[in-house]
Amino acid sequence: MDASSFLHQLVQQLINGISLGSIYALVALGYTMVYGIIKLINFAHGDIYMLGAYAGFFATTILKLSFLPALVFAMVVAAVAGIIIERLAYRPLRNAPRIAVLITAIGVSLLLEYGMMLFVTPQPRTFPAVFSATVYNFGGLIVNSQQVLILVTAVFLMVTLTYIVQKTMVGKAMRAVSYDMDAARLMGIDVDKVISYTFALGSALAAAAGVLVGVYYNSIDPLMGIMPGLKAFVAAVLGGIGILPGAMLGGVLLGVVEAMVSGFFSSTFRDAAAFAILIIILLFRPSGLLGKNIREKV
Amino acid sequence: MLKTNKLSIMFGGLRAVSNLNLDIKKGQLVGLIGPNGAGKTTAFNLLTGVYQPTEGEVMFDGKNTRGLKPFQVTQLGMARTFQNIRLFANLTVLDNVKIAYHFHVKYSVAEAVFRLGRYFSEEAEIEEKAIELLKIFGLEGKKDELAKNLPYGEQRRLEIARALATKPKLLLLDEPAAGMNPQETHDLMNLIRWIRDKFDLTILLIEHDMGLVMGVCEHIYVLEYGSLIAEGTPEEIKQNPRVIEAYLGEEVS
Amino acid sequence: MQALRKQDLLLLGLAVVFYAIVQGLLMADIIGPFWELNIVLVGINIILAASLNLINGFTGQFSIGHAGFMAVGAYVGAVMTVKFSLPFIVALAGGAVAAGILGFLIGLPTLRLSGDYLAIATLGLGEIIRITILNIPYVGGASGFMGIPRLADFTWVFFLTIFTLFFIKNLIRSSHGRACISIRENEIAAETMGIDTTRYKVLAFTIGASFAGLAGTLFSHYFYIAHPASFTFMRSFDILTMVVLGGLGSMTGAVTGAVLLTFISAALASYPEWRMVIYSISLIILMLYRPQGLLGDKEISLSIIKRLTGGDSRAEN
Repeated sequence: MDASSFLHQLVQQLINGISLGSIYALVALGYTMVYGIIKLINFAHGDIYMLGAYAGFFATTILKLSFLPALVFAMVVAAVAGIIIERLAYRPLRNAPRIAVLITAIGVSLLLEYGMMLFVTPQPRTFPAVFSATVYNFGGLIVNSQQVLILVTAVFLMVTLTYIVQKTMVGKAMRAVSYDMDAARLMGIDVDKVISYTFALGSALAAAAGVLVGVYYNSIDPLMGIMPGLKAFVAAVLGGIGILPGAMLGGVLLGVVEAMVSGFFSSTFRDAAAFAILIIILLFRPSGLLGKNIREKV
Repeated sequence: MLKTNKLSIMFGGLRAVSNLNLDIKKGQLVGLIGPNGAGKTTAFNLLTGVYQPTEGEVMFDGKNTRGLKPFQVTQLGMARTFQNIRLFANLTVLDNVKIAYHFHVKYSVAEAVFRLGRYFSEEAEIEEKAIELLKIFGLEGKKDELAKNLPYGEQRRLEIARALATKPKLLLLDEPAAGMNPQETHDLMNLIRWIRDKFDLTILLIEHDMGLVMGVCEHIYVLEYGSLIAEGTPEEIKQNPRVIEAYLGEEVS
Repeated sequence: MQALRKQDLLLLGLAVVFYAIVQGLLMADIIGPFWELNIVLVGINIILAASLNLINGFTGQFSIGHAGFMAVGAYVGAVMTVKFSLPFIVALAGGAVAAGILGFLIGLPTLRLSGDYLAIATLGLGEIIRITILNIPYVGGASGFMGIPRLADFTWVFFLTIFTLFFIKNLIRSSHGRACISIRENEIAAETMGIDTTRYKVLAFTIGASFAGLAGTLFSHYFYIAHPASFTFMRSFDILTMVVLGGLGSMTGAVTGAVLLTFISAALASYPEWRMVIYSISLIILMLYRPQGLLGDKEISLSIIKRLTGGDSRAEN
């Protein structure tokens, strides 16, 4: 490979990586928000993303909605699902050992996957083309309209989320609860309500990611959430779990690394690369890229 | 026994302990006092290897402890207790003490797993010694209770018993009387003196209870803002103007 | 101490009686092939759960990469019997040692991490192991390592399960085991008591990994095949679930969890489409009602059984 074609490939993979990474980032945000607030690795989060994809699918095929209303529909469905799951499965365990909640989350994840299969069969569905796929060619660099769509939607949602968390009352309450739940409760914050909000917001973002992936790859199935869910968690840890910009950074970084490995080596090693980069980073920064290393007070 | 030379540590820009020089002789019972935030516990953490000093060094029993991990320092013969009690909460009182004997145990993992060789004899010995120690601290009746279920004062005593089980030459006590009532504090004073003689120990203790410090310590160091402001016998410390100033308003009696 | 020895002999005797009964039922064909398979699977799962319990429940290090070590044992054992025609017992040892060495090499750097960071790192390492195997054509790559002889049977699995349980029980009830438990209880205090915490974390991790390797070798030599898809992180989750459901830090809990989950899974085998749904719902309900696990950190011991049956109720070790 000569230098110019190498450079060309590099930029091309960077473009692919960023669009893939912004999907990870959207899912990772939900992971990190929930973790930040109740210290739960919500393994069912990847399945909410799947649920969102199916909601989007039915919105476009049966309800004949166009892309934007379908996206909103999917986000609302997922938000409601997130709230229900939290209330039924996680809230009763608020004071239980954390690992019990984790196992419950695994149970919820399996329930969503296989419960979904009962309704929609395990067969993959073809996601309808809501956009005419245009391919833009910038001097050999291929960018298609779906990638632009993913990026624009993801950036818009992340900006909105940042605004909500930083500027609104709910956002301030969320930060307060994640900083110190007991103190927040003493300040008159309805902690349970804030946790519901957090699940709703995180789930909505995951659903958006699910719809975007459906649009991008044209195919959805009930187990589609497992790997991306896990990767998104990796992304959240990579950036420093509990930190919103960390999730965004981690997601994009992971997407880029995967694209590079697929582009330059072999796509069979793509998943291994994601985990390898995680472990390497953790060995040097045990609390992730943006995480603060808190030493236990002796 | 213990000698520090210009011991200092920086946290960010803050000098939490600055140029601390301690010189503790074998068999002494020494107090380290100072207002809240003076750096007393940080000094303990430096001595025991929990923190590595930014500058200076610790000489313990003739050895420089630079770079040693806390467990290595303990194995040299320095044991400690914690200001915020750190027992093995879900284990029995007896197991808490047994664990502290661990590094004296000679049988290997294989001997443990296959119950061979020294396993039975050493386990019996550990148990016997642990119970002996618990008797000294009046805890043998509670040996099968979980540590977390003990009343506060007994937890403090158990922590001292556990530290002693490591067979130290130097014992560091971080506020041993915290949270105790006057009667308990008084008993503790006698106990501390007694174990020093019985176990042939050197003891360094941090304490807020002036009565206890003045009552049992033979030599006292006073820290303020990380620096040593005075040292001497209890009598000398009581009359030291800088100490009185540091404890402004508090009667040093 | 003599009581300890007597208790061990009694347990061993009970195990042999149990073995004789089940083996008799198998030979008389009263237990058919389907349940025989599931009984073997229970044994393998007990080995996996008990060894993960050593890492997670007793030493308090949150690891979810157990499937990776199981895979190493499954493949290394298979290579030894299939490619090198070595005897099964050598393959079992080889699988365990290989997984143990890998556990040691992985544990040394990663056990500096704590809590959820360690969890995700071990999960990732498990996946890296699986993906690496997937890319080795010598062992069949993505289509799996086929043609492994069925060298394992109920007898092998049963006695290796008993061996594992005694090994871990004896380790836990020694000073070395107490050192591991002290790390779970309070790492800083353990270190202050002169315990080399890094050494014991790595020790627990290495021993846990070798038993997972042993279980893997049994697995591939019972099911004729070692396939990368058998060793995904979902398998690690399964093992973790058994441990947590039974009760973290309880030997008998790990056994209970393994038996219960394997049998729930087997009982639902005739309803394939509902199987995972019912399984997951039961899991959620069990966790909601017993968040500390079925046994908590307690053990079912002979003394409790004696007490329940009105016998001598003196507390034993």
